[in-house]
Amino acid sequence: MVKNQITLSGSILDEQTDLTLGDLCRACAVHAEWLEALVDEGILEPTGANVQVWRFTGYELRRARTVRRLQQDLGVNLAGAALAIQLLEELEHIRSRLAAIETRD
Amino acid sequence: MEFKDYYEIMGVKRDATQDEIKRAYRKLARKFHPDVSKEADAEKKFKEVGEAYEVLKDPEKRTAYDQLGANWKSGQDFKPPPGWDAGFEFSGGGYTGTDEAAFSDFFENLFGGGFQARGGHAGGRQFHARGEDHHAKVLIDLQDAFNGASRLITLQAPQVDEQGHVRTRERSLNVKVPKGIKQGQQIRLAGQGAPGMGDGGAGDLYLQVVFKPHAIYKVEERDLYLELPVAPWEAALGATVKVPTPGGAVELKVPAGSSSGRKLRLKGRGIPGKPAGDLYVILQVALPPADSEQAKTLYTEMQNKLAFNPRSSLGV
Repeated sequence: MVKNQITLSGSILDEQTDLTLGDLCRACAVHAEWLEALVDEGILEPTGANVQVWRFTGYELRRARTVRRLQQDLGVNLAGAALAIQLLEELEHIRSRLAAIETRD
Repeated sequence: MEFKDYYEIMGVKRDATQDEIKRAYRKLARKFHPDVSKEADAEKKFKEVGEAYEVLKDPEKRTAYDQLGANWKSGQDFKPPPGWDAGFEFSGGGYTGTDEAAFSDFFENLFGGGFQARGGHAGGRQFHARGEDHHAKVLIDLQDAFNGASRLITLQAPQVDEQGHVRTRERSLNVKVPKGIKQGQQIRLAGQGAPGMGDGGAGDLYLQVVFKPHAIYKVEERDLYLELPVAPWEAALGATVKVPTPGGAVELKVPAGSSSGRKLRLKGRGIPGKPAGDLYVILQVALPPADSEQAKTLYTEMQNKLAFNPRSSLGV
């Protein structure tokens, strides 16, 4: 218990996070090929000219993990997952707008 | 321990075909998937549906389960089941445990021991696997995002004991909430997930940050919204008024000729970050009550001297 009381600092997964393909593989527990397929599909957009120097943001880690869950749990293919992600992000944006507006009266 | 009606959970008849069960599962999984649904108990429902499907999709498990259901009924002929949808105390064939009602105990008791043992992992083979990642939500105050804070969070972590049973254990972590965190953003704590097997490393813990609703500010990304009441003369003539911000009160210049709903921006006064959010002030003109002779006189004077039709834009 005592051990647990040390304050833990985590990394925020945001646009500033800088992750390599290896980092992303470990965090998602997947092979590099699977992530390359996500890049091909346009779900992930790393910076860097080739695979060796690809860099991903924290948002992309979140995305990749969501895609993995959607694939495993719902059996969607990559194109379907790409569409779902896009719609989910729009929905999230709209929900937060709505929450801000609704309570404004 | 509660008896679980997997057919009820899946919304299918007891004589449903395997195809019907699969279709029902697909539909419910999409509906309650935690990434998709924002219902508070989506994750619980998703797991429940997953458990039901785990049993019903496998003809062997399904047959075993059906047997159990039939036995239970014959033993309780004269008692109609109370609230079939809520699950009920199961009191037949050795399943009368006083366990707390975690439904996975039910599954565990039915299929945990016997079914797994039959599949059997080969004895001496070494097995390595990275520990599972865990996810949790952490509720924070807006002020925490503003200043950064340490929060003690308590998690219910499932752990496997020596006998191979899954037990829930409480675990407290003191976590640093970084300054400038946004609603919905995730904090990753490496190695704080489930322990790995063999040489596999521990999984990670992902904390999703959710803000508690704030009494006066609404949050959108890093921007804050605040409704600011102003007097009619402040709106009409312009004024410098005090505005609260999470970082302390500031002065705001209200331009002359403002009306209700006018949005004024205080740049960089939202949640800190790169870039920092803004604070939007939405003006609300508040009317002084006409509750004294003097107030009534003033209103009457305005009525007589100002040619003002608030409905002119409506054409009446």
